[in-house]
Amino acid sequence: MDYVTDRKRAEGLGSAKSGTAHHWSMTVTSWALIVLVPLFVFTFGPMLGKSHEAVLAYFARPFPAIVAALTLLVGMHHFRKGAQTAVEDYVHGGTGRFTIIAVTCVAYALAAAGLFAIAKIAL
Amino acid sequence: MADVNRGNRPLSPFMLGQYYKLQLTSVTSILTRITGLSLLAGTVLVVWWFLAAATSPEAFAWADWALTSWLGDLVLFLSVWALWYHSLAGIRHLIWDTGRGLDLPTAYKLGWTVVIGSVVLAVLTAIIMLVWG
Repeated sequence: MDYVTDRKRAEGLGSAKSGTAHHWSMTVTSWALIVLVPLFVFTFGPMLGKSHEAVLAYFARPFPAIVAALTLLVGMHHFRKGAQTAVEDYVHGGTGRFTIIAVTCVAYALAAAGLFAIAKIAL
Repeated sequence: MADVNRGNRPLSPFMLGQYYKLQLTSVTSILTRITGLSLLAGTVLVVWWFLAAATSPEAFAWADWALTSWLGDLVLFLSVWALWYHSLAGIRHLIWDTGRGLDLPTAYKLGWTVVIGSVVLAVLTAIIMLVWG
């Protein structure tokens, strides 16, 4: 039992002040992904199991290449922010901070690797 | 009042199953998170496949073999289900964000729509891919 009041204990521990921007960012990327995900599934999917030449020719076309690039870019942005919220809920302290940094790096690395590959095929 | 069991309370979702009965609302909620996080696996496979295609015919043959093997098929089918589940659950969140559908009967209808809808969409996607492929 200590004699600190509830108010004193709560002071300075307010919100991180960026919750609204985070939520809005998830909303915007959600709407974008509702359009992008079906387009990606039905352009990428049929190319699985096709020959190397067919795959290179298909993703040299603007529409499939741009859809794949956008889905990966927006998807990884959405993943990064969504995974951050999950980490904040379950992993605390220094380990939590480190996990958020790792998740951010993985998300951007996957986006960069995918964009590089798609650009190389398309150009 | 001020010091009632502070900082030593069990927290959600570790309450699920142990202290709270599993319900459609809580299970569909945690599945949204699990499917979203799990999609990392499918993304790694897809990015590997694109990188391999951009690198060389040998690298592509290897990646293509892995993704079209039975294990690759299984992971990609589960990823497609996760993708549709997460999409439908996300749409449910966008509906909830407008203040609609938060009453229990509607929440249950939306929950079953997400569960059944995602399975139907995943099977349909697999059938369409088989027909096109």
